[in-house]
Amino acid sequence: MTTEAKPGPEFAKVVFERPRSLVDVKTHFCPGCHHGTIHRIVAECIDRFGVRESTIGVACVGCSVFLYDYIDVDVVEAPHGRAPAVATGVKRAQPDKFVFTYQGDGDLAAIGTSEVIHAANRGENLTVIFVNNTTYGMTGGQMAPTTMLGQKTSTTPYGRDFRGDGYPIRMAELLAGLEGTAYSARVAVSTPAQIRKAKESVRKAFEMQIRGMGFSVVEFLSTCPTNWGMKPLDAQKRVLGEMSEYFPLGVYKERVQADFA
Amino acid sequence: MSADAARRLLTKGNEAICLGAIAAGCRHYYGYPITPQNDIPEYMSAQLPAIGGTFLQAESEVATINFLLGTSASGKRVMTSSSGPGISLMQEGLSYMAGSELPAVIVNISRSGPGLGGIAPSQGDYFQAVKGGGHGGYRIIVLAPHSVQEMYSLTMLAFDLADKYRTPVFLLGDAIIGQMKEPFVPTPYEETVSQEKPWALTGCAGRERQNLKSLYLKDNAIEVHNWKLHEKYERIRREEARAESFLLDDAKIGIIAFGTAARVSKTAIQWARKEGISAGMLRPVTLFPFPEREVRELAGRVDRLLVVEMNTGQMVEDVRVCTPLHDKIGFFGKPCAMPTPEEILDRIRALAGRRT
Repeated sequence: MTTEAKPGPEFAKVVFERPRSLVDVKTHFCPGCHHGTIHRIVAECIDRFGVRESTIGVACVGCSVFLYDYIDVDVVEAPHGRAPAVATGVKRAQPDKFVFTYQGDGDLAAIGTSEVIHAANRGENLTVIFVNNTTYGMTGGQMAPTTMLGQKTSTTPYGRDFRGDGYPIRMAELLAGLEGTAYSARVAVSTPAQIRKAKESVRKAFEMQIRGMGFSVVEFLSTCPTNWGMKPLDAQKRVLGEMSEYFPLGVYKERVQADFA
Repeated sequence: MSADAARRLLTKGNEAICLGAIAAGCRHYYGYPITPQNDIPEYMSAQLPAIGGTFLQAESEVATINFLLGTSASGKRVMTSSSGPGISLMQEGLSYMAGSELPAVIVNISRSGPGLGGIAPSQGDYFQAVKGGGHGGYRIIVLAPHSVQEMYSLTMLAFDLADKYRTPVFLLGDAIIGQMKEPFVPTPYEETVSQEKPWALTGCAGRERQNLKSLYLKDNAIEVHNWKLHEKYERIRREEARAESFLLDDAKIGIIAFGTAARVSKTAIQWARKEGISAGMLRPVTLFPFPEREVRELAGRVDRLLVVEMNTGQMVEDVRVCTPLHDKIGFFGKPCAMPTPEEILDRIRALAGRRT
C-alpha cells in the first residue's frame, strides 16, 4: 500500500532549494565533474545580488560552453579564448549590466591568454570564472597549459615534460600581478568547507564588479575524471593533493578602495 | 551657390566614413592601428567621447572583432576599421558573427599583400571580402565606395543593411580613396530599417533568457541553420545588388571596375569618347551581392568587356561566371598601384582596334 507523501508542518521551512538562477534540468556532465557545483555557486551569487535579470554571461569553447543550458540568464557565445573581449564589448555597451565569463583552462590560459590579460590590465569591470581541470575535456583530454608535469594526456602520452612542453601556468597569480585586477583568487570545491570558501570568493568577485572596482577573477581547481582516467573520488583526491600543491588556494589580490587610478 | 554647395565639406575619405557612422547613430568604435586607415580611430577617439560614445583601442584585431561581437550582441550599432593584415585576424570573429547573425560594420582600407605586403593601394582583398574569408560557408555584404561622398553615404547604408539582415557588412575601400580629399555633401541620415532588436541580450527582465550563439550540436540543427543563412544570402542577392551605369547607353566597350579603379576608368572613358570610341562602365557598388544580371546584360550588348582591377584578376572571375561570352572579356590589372587613365585608355584603344 502506498500513501501520497504530503509535506507536514515539519517540512514547512525550506532549508535547501534550487537557486532561482539555476535551470531545473538534469546535468549532462560526467560523474564527478565539477561544472555542476560551480554552476550552482555562480547561480547562488547571482541570486544573492539580485542581478539575474540584468546579467549577461559569456560562454566559451569547450565543456564550459554549456553554461547557457544551466544558468537562467542571457548568454552570448564567444569564439575560443575570446570571452573576455566579447565581455568587454558587452560591458562597454551596457555598463549598468552584470557581466561575467565562464572559461576553461585551454580557453583562458592558452588560446585566450592575450584577451584575458588585456581585459584585466584595462581593469574591465567584469568577472571571470575560470575552471582549471588541467586538460582539454571536450576534445578528449589533450595537454592544457595547466597540465601538471608528468601528467599523461592524449597528446603527452609519456607525461608532460617541461623540457619540451613547458610548465603548468598559474593564472590566478599572473592576473593578480596586473594593476587593473581588483580581485584574484584560487579556490577548490572538493570538500564542503572548500565549497563554502569558493562561494565567498565568487561573492567577493561579483561585489568588486557591482562596486565598479575593476576586473575580478576566481580560478576553480576542478576535476575531469573521464579524461584523467580516474574514479570521481580519486579525482577529488588529486585536486586536494598534487593540484593544490602546485596551484595553491588563496586570495592573490583584493582591492579595498575604488579610487585605484 | 546652391544649398548643397553651401553645405559641402572638404574631407578625407577616411574621415567621411567617421561622419557617416556617427550620423547613422554609431556610438561604439573599436580598432587597432594599421596604415592606411589610422585617421579613422584617431578621429573616433577624439569625437566619440564628446557625444557620449565609446572608443576603445584593442590589443589586437582578434580582440577588436570580439569587442564588436559583444557590443552588437547588446543591440548597439558598432564599427571597426582596419587593413588587410588586420582584416585577416578578424576572420574568426566574422565567421562567429555571421553564424550568430550579429550586425556590424567593418571597414577595410585595403593595402597591398599578401603578408605584410606594402602600404600601397590595392584591391587584392576582393576574394577575402566577397567569398567569406573565414570558415564555414557564409557571405558578407560588401560595399565599394569610389568617392568621398560614397565613403560617407555607403557607411550609413552599411549600418542599415547590417541591421536589416542581421549580418556583418564590409565597406571595402583602399589607400587612395581613404587618403584622398575632395568635397562632399553630408546629407542627413535617413533610417531605412527599424533598429528595434528584440534578439539583443540586455538581461532577461520580463522575458525568458536568450542566447546568441553559433554552436548547434543537437539533431539536425546546424543543417537547418545553414539553410536559413543560405536563404538570407539568396534574398540579399535578389534585393540588394547595386551598380552604377556610366555612359553605357551607346557603349561598344564596357568597362567593369569598382572603387578607385572605377574612378580612374571614368577619366579614361571620357578621353576615349573624345577620340570617338564609345566606351562606358558598369561599376558594381555592391561586390556581394554581385550585380550579376547587369553584367550578363552588358556582356550581351557590347563588343568587348574590360575588367580593370588593382590586383592580378579577382573580380574578373565573377564576371566570367555571369556570362558565357568569355571571348569578350579582357582584363587589365595593377596589383600594387593605381592604374593611370593613360594606361586604361591604351587598353580601350586596343579593344577598339585603334593603334596607340
